[in-house]
Amino acid sequence: MDTKTILADNGVNVEALLGAREALTQAPEAARFKWRASCEWAHGTHARSTIDTFYGLGEEQKHRQPHRIETDHPELFAAEDHAATPVEVVLAGLAGCLTAGIAAVAQNRNIQLRSVKATLEAGMDLQGILGIDGDVRNGFDGIQVKYTIDADATREEIEALVAQSQKRSAVFDIITNPTDVSVTVS
Amino acid sequence: MNAAANGRAAGAAVRPPVRSIDVAVIGAGHSGLAMSHCLAALGIEHVVLERGEVANAWRNERWDSLRLLTPNWLSRLPGYQYRGPDPDGYMERDAVAEFIADYARATTAPVRTGTAVCSVEAGGGGYRVRTWRGDWQARAVVLASGAFNRPAIPRLAADLPAGVAQLTPLSYRNPSQVADGGVLVVGASASGLQLADELQRAGHPVTIATGEHVRMPRHYRGRDIQWWMEAAGLLDERFDALRNGRDDLARARAVASPQLVGSRERAIMDLNALAGEGARIVGRLAAVRDGRALFSGSLRNACALADLKLGRLLAALDEWATGRGLGDGLPAGERFAPTRTDASPATSLDLERENIRTVLWATGFRPDYSWLQLPVLDRKGALRHQGGVVDAPGLYVMGLPFLRRRKSSFIHGAEDDARDLSEHLADYLDAMAGRCRDCIAVPS
Repeated sequence: MDTKTILADNGVNVEALLGAREALTQAPEAARFKWRASCEWAHGTHARSTIDTFYGLGEEQKHRQPHRIETDHPELFAAEDHAATPVEVVLAGLAGCLTAGIAAVAQNRNIQLRSVKATLEAGMDLQGILGIDGDVRNGFDGIQVKYTIDADATREEIEALVAQSQKRSAVFDIITNPTDVSVTVS
Repeated sequence: MNAAANGRAAGAAVRPPVRSIDVAVIGAGHSGLAMSHCLAALGIEHVVLERGEVANAWRNERWDSLRLLTPNWLSRLPGYQYRGPDPDGYMERDAVAEFIADYARATTAPVRTGTAVCSVEAGGGGYRVRTWRGDWQARAVVLASGAFNRPAIPRLAADLPAGVAQLTPLSYRNPSQVADGGVLVVGASASGLQLADELQRAGHPVTIATGEHVRMPRHYRGRDIQWWMEAAGLLDERFDALRNGRDDLARARAVASPQLVGSRERAIMDLNALAGEGARIVGRLAAVRDGRALFSGSLRNACALADLKLGRLLAALDEWATGRGLGDGLPAGERFAPTRTDASPATSLDLERENIRTVLWATGFRPDYSWLQLPVLDRKGALRHQGGVVDAPGLYVMGLPFLRRRKSSFIHGAEDDARDLSEHLADYLDAMAGRCRDCIAVPS
């Protein structure tokens, strides 16, 4: 490697990611993952989700420790606001996914990031979930994500980072495209 | 016993004898004919097997208004080039077929028309090629049967309501065959944009579903974009010399055709132009459910990616021109407006309520290898090859996107590939002959 080249360090191990990519190209079965969460109702609209195991590389996997995400609703919904609203957790999921993607793409393109900040806002007409107007959907009518990024790069390079991150983002895909959902009772 | 013997005798009586040949070239389009020319120059005995007539796809499988995406001056094949009165024009469909037919005549290519290949199998120290008109035993085979044999139609086509007509660029001829009412064009490649434009102008309200696409102006700084691509050497980039190796190659081979149209007006065709005519731009078609088409919410990013990529291409061309000292002689570089999208692009349309009566799948093409009885396809059905040298001894392929160079699927791209591959093929035949001589030599 050319020692004069200054290498960016965004804390992303791109070599490992590229190695995994190469390995999974050869072994498509190992690339099939299953993500899981379990959830238990607490009280009112308050629920606790636990995220612990997942499946991938052909076998069961485990997080270093179980992670918990609680959800509730604000007081103006006559709830106790113990935690964020589930739709807000969805926004956090989108932001987390896009931001991780920006860091990985920047590392791969040797762009040093100094700060990456996003604000997200999603519109929702409550006439949908309250069943007031059948023509109004339950979910968001749109999501705006605004990034402020400080990096050793031109504006075009930063825009390309953000575009590439969307192109390769799982949560962006989950939100922008239909996904088949099966809900059953045992 | 008797019945079998009789059957064999009867079969032998009607079946013509198997003919032996060094090389069977399958397909008499520009690729197969270019290869034929190069084989002839090397003195290699061969035959060109053609299912229909010379330039069959151009004669029978292309829509009426299609023109070449490259200017006439670029139309050249080994030992042959366009010499007509309009070097800057774009050949019409029938003129392309004539151009290729003229080439076949000029090179006296050994073409057998009306000779569809039913199967190619390994055997006899080479390949057994079965055709409608008898079998050939060839030591080597060149697949030049085209990259665009079958439309690639997504599975969700099956979810469309029965009353919605479905067309592909192979079945579409002109707007008169399209039912009154709206058309959903799926795909924003060269085909998708051209057909969306033609249908919108013919009075069909068009909705165009747009995933990732390649935006490219017909002309830039007073020159055709293909002049830039060729002069700057982009079209000569080789399959084995890309910066990120196999990754870049896989992407380059899969990328949609750039949004170009060959027209008398040299019009710049893009989504902004289409929207200006009244077409509705929506995201990639993601699903069809209960008579509704659902579109991805990724339209803005698909457009942003294409706009950014266009900007990088033009910047690279400017840099090349400056480096060559050409900058002063050319008009200043223009920049194109970002692709406009609606403030809130539709993510769902009721096909019946919107009176969308036809869906046109401009979702790409696949080669047809259903007759190839050889273990040379990968798990996605693509041919395993290194720059046209297929993963089976003595088997070659021509004319696929970025086969050996970025220009490989263009008419003018056939020449370099045919030279390289015919030389490789000649070496293969020599080595084979050498081995046979050794076989004979050793026992004595």
